[in-house]
Amino acid sequence: MRRAARRWRTLRTVASAVVRRPTGAFGVAVAAVLVLAAVVSVWWTPFDPQATDVRAAWLLPFQRGHLLGTDRVGHDQFSQLLAGSRETLFAATGSASIAAVLGIALGVTAVLSPRPVGAVVVQAIDLVIAFPGLLLAMVLAAVYGGSLATVVAAVGISAGVGVARVSRAEIARILSQDYVLAARAAGASTGRIVRKHLLPNIAPTLIVQLSLVMALAVLAEATLTYLGYGSSPSTPSWGGLLHTQQDYIRVRPLLVIWPGLAVALTVLGFNLLGDALRDATDPRLRSGVRS
Amino acid sequence: MTLLETDDLTVRFGEKTVLDGIGFTLAAGERLGLIGASGSGKSLTALAILGLLPEEAQVRGSIRLDGVELLGRGDRELSRLRGNRMAMVFQEPLSALNPLMRVGNQIGGPLRLHRGLSRKKALAEAISLAEQVGLPDPENLVRAYPHQLSGGQRQRVGIAMAVASRPALLLADEPTTALDVTVQAEILGLLDDLVTEQGTALLFVTHDLAVLAQVVRRVLVMGEGRVLESGSLETILRKPAHPYTRNLLELARAASFHRAPEAAR
Ligand SMILES: Nc1ncnc2c1ncn2[C@@H]1O[C@H](COP(=O)(O)OP(=O)(O)OP(=O)(O)O)[C@@H](O)[C@H]1O
Ligand SMILES: [Mg+2]
Repeated sequence: MRRAARRWRTLRTVASAVVRRPTGAFGVAVAAVLVLAAVVSVWWTPFDPQATDVRAAWLLPFQRGHLLGTDRVGHDQFSQLLAGSRETLFAATGSASIAAVLGIALGVTAVLSPRPVGAVVVQAIDLVIAFPGLLLAMVLAAVYGGSLATVVAAVGISAGVGVARVSRAEIARILSQDYVLAARAAGASTGRIVRKHLLPNIAPTLIVQLSLVMALAVLAEATLTYLGYGSSPSTPSWGGLLHTQQDYIRVRPLLVIWPGLAVALTVLGFNLLGDALRDATDPRLRSGVRS
Repeated sequence: MTLLETDDLTVRFGEKTVLDGIGFTLAAGERLGLIGASGSGKSLTALAILGLLPEEAQVRGSIRLDGVELLGRGDRELSRLRGNRMAMVFQEPLSALNPLMRVGNQIGGPLRLHRGLSRKKALAEAISLAEQVGLPDPENLVRAYPHQLSGGQRQRVGIAMAVASRPALLLADEPTTALDVTVQAEILGLLDDLVTEQGTALLFVTHDLAVLAQVVRRVLVMGEGRVLESGSLETILRKPAHPYTRNLLELARAASFHRAPEAAR
């Protein structure tokens, strides 16, 4: 219980340091809106996002209660965006989770294993990293059929290997620090070193990387769905919207602008959030806090 | 009673021999100074005793603690002795502390590991240790991060962490080199008091004769990985047998001569 209370206090300090920066506040707002939209859309959207109604086609924003208007078949665009945010959120969190676990596991193995094993892992990382993530997504889609899961797996794996490569130097740097030697001199085991010394110290850089992975995943999900390698067109998604509406870009440019704006703002938000988090998780950069 | 005994301790990195047949004994509660120029192998000797040499080091010979051979023992077994029967104070107090861990957790870490104390008990112990090593306002200080302390305070934390579980053997690797002169004297005094009080054996590494004279009476002079000579501090100061030692003494005198006018002001 006390432990939970202490964690909570640290979390609050970090959170307040994040929102104190305008960029951080923006990042938090974007992430919050995305989560909120995804959750709310499960139970409620202004209109049924899938309902077609030819009599309500081509409506402009605010016409007949359609906040962002409707398309050729009368799909309410705001409802579609709301429902599509679920795909986006899942792509971001799923990819980042896979990338984090894979990246840390590979990085620690590469650094801590005895020489020959570590070298093999490093070689493997360099080999896999040369394989483009987009290609991996297409291969997975060809084998298993395109879906959100194949997109998440492809982005998670290719980003995870990237995280491993970027983190490896940082992991090696941290593990060669005096305080790790001092901890070993005080009797700490390797597991304890990883938990108490490596993870907290790599968290700042890892968080930045993961927020970039999230940004990348949002973009990749939209791109792959747009190209037809993601979830089926019947599932509302931002990439799917871009795909369907591009044919009418001359008639109704707004229809492409909404999902495009949603993707752009989300990508920007995750990038800014990452920067703010990096500064906030390091007590040396967290100004004026002494609890 | 012999606490620590090294015999023909030899360490090589590939073709390079960095420790060459180091042999000495240290009785329980005894103090020994290890002096020598930079690169003579002092730190490696300390790390070898703890079993913390880099992976690529090839080690031969023998290191016995309480009559038990340490060389060839697994990391798990050794980690039960580290921070428990033997502990170390490092040269750079800032880099030897985890920047993201509160001071109290670092001091209490060895106690949680070796005594199985709860977080709460370890923190209470850390507060009393902080008080013992002369840190101000221990209740609040244990919640600070290392960068919020002064250099001298950080080294006091390092010392508290090392003596937390009352080790039989304390290795101190140039514990005052990174500190300014007035703080140096305080830290040496503290080490002196703690070691006397707890009956801890001390292996004190330095390249500074003036510092050495304040804490030990028996000295081992190292040069290029070898023990050049050993004996009481007086003997070594008065009749250095080895030219290398004579050179070291001259350098020390020259340094103190240059320092003297400043001290007079
Ligand atoms: N990992 C390593 N690989 C190769 N050589 C090493 C390694 N670590 C130390 N050495 C060498 O071993 C020798 C002894 O190093 P050590 O750190 O024990 O010196 P020292 O006496 O503590 O010096 P100082 O007073 O500068 O701290 C040095 O010549 C150093 O270059
Ligand atoms: Mg040294």
